[in-house]
Amino acid sequence: MLVSKLKDADELRGLLNKHQVIFLIGCNGCAEVCETGGSKAVSKMESFLVAEGKKVTGKFNIDFLCNKALVHRRMRRAEKDISDSSAVLVMSCGIGVQVVAEITSKPVYPATNTVSIGGTQGLWLGEERCGNCGSCYLGITGGICPITKCTKELVNGPCGGAKNGKCEIDPEKECGWELIYNKLAEIGMLENMRKILEPRNHRNMEPSAETKKNIFWAIEK
Amino acid sequence: MSFASKIKEGAFVVTSEIGPPKGTEIEEAIKEAEMLRGKVDAFNVTDLQSSVMRLGSLATCHLLVERNLEPIFQITCRDRNRLALQSDLLSAYVLGIRNVLVLTGDHTILGDHPQAKPVFDLDSVSLLKAASLLAQGKDMVGNDLIGKPEFFLGAVVSPCAEPVEPQIIKMEKKIEAGAKFFQTQAVYDISAFEKFAKRVEQYRVPILGGIVLLKTAGMAKYMNEKVAGVRVPEKYIKMMADAKKEERVSVSVKIAAELIKGMKDFCQGIHIMPLGWEKHVPKVLEASGLWT
Repeated sequence: MLVSKLKDADELRGLLNKHQVIFLIGCNGCAEVCETGGSKAVSKMESFLVAEGKKVTGKFNIDFLCNKALVHRRMRRAEKDISDSSAVLVMSCGIGVQVVAEITSKPVYPATNTVSIGGTQGLWLGEERCGNCGSCYLGITGGICPITKCTKELVNGPCGGAKNGKCEIDPEKECGWELIYNKLAEIGMLENMRKILEPRNHRNMEPSAETKKNIFWAIEK
Repeated sequence: MSFASKIKEGAFVVTSEIGPPKGTEIEEAIKEAEMLRGKVDAFNVTDLQSSVMRLGSLATCHLLVERNLEPIFQITCRDRNRLALQSDLLSAYVLGIRNVLVLTGDHTILGDHPQAKPVFDLDSVSLLKAASLLAQGKDMVGNDLIGKPEFFLGAVVSPCAEPVEPQIIKMEKKIEAGAKFFQTQAVYDISAFEKFAKRVEQYRVPILGGIVLLKTAGMAKYMNEKVAGVRVPEKYIKMMADAKKEERVSVSVKIAAELIKGMKDFCQGIHIMPLGWEKHVPKVLEASGLWT
């Protein structure tokens, strides 16, 4: 189970600044429990986006965004609406965002921050990993996680250590920031890499008191 | 004249490097710096180079200051969080240190304490920014300082990295964050260096080209395979391979001198990383015409 919390309205406005036509994707798994990704949350987000003057071309929810095959199939059905959009907003944990970002070449944005729960995470069969950093960067880094793909978890990468596209600690591990650079270049968002990002706020990793009062926490007691 | 003043006046500068020992016997390292007094404008002191536990850069830099040798304090993001880093910068200033080179740092896994917790709370860009803020009298969260430091801040870049574009993007950010000079990773390809220098000319920031003395052909091949941003061309590998054992030093010096002469017109200085061959640095300076 990955715990997510919706990003605040101002941050969402900033992320979606350049995008007026959005496709919405929600997850009925962990995110539904966290009230960040189920159909109710998606409808609320749709209203928010419309109120901001944006057009929502379409939306869908599926049970588990961490199931790539499922996501592939569902996105293919929505191909036309997605291609008519300028960006995709994903309401799930960081894993779901990464899965969608890998499938489409439209800019993909996270609606949430994923925080740590200190327990076991759900099972998923893909290579994506979420670092529960609580400050989801996926909207800036083209859907590739700098916390889990960069060994040093750099927020302003790369370092000078990559050789032939591979990380200095393991010649079989890709350099996360080179992946980010290539992806941003591919989707025409390289300017994201030119901005200085502030150091991480490690306090964001702790779930809020509010989140801990949620039902699934109570179940564990 | 200080290192910073020499750079600001447009002089062609030479820097060298000291790697502190794994222990407290620092005299040997200081003696090597002494040998180059007057010939080298400043001495980089590495910060736990290769993630191997050693005597610190802060203490070593201070010992150089005491002996009137100018240090460049290298500080990495690997081992200390933002509190300790800001504090060490203040400490460096009160210990007489003015030049600071900010780096990300090799990962902990590569060193001799691979089980240690890697920190990387900041990266080189945010550390540069923090140092710049301190110099303006504020800490990273906006508190006023009681007494502020002054720094000449530097950073690194890999001109021969492939792809080089991410390096240049990061270089722009480092300049925005306060870097006033750059030292590069070892260069063995003059034309690649020239191309890079022309691309970054617009930033008007002094660049010191990196020089690493080749010890053997094997070392060159190893670097080509394993060391980021370094590409030794075949012709140099062949020169080293063809040299008899007793000729290796002079061939290595010849290569270094050729590189320095080739790079001189495209940079504002040279940064020599002796890696144990400190005693051969004077020969390199002589052969390249920098020892006048």
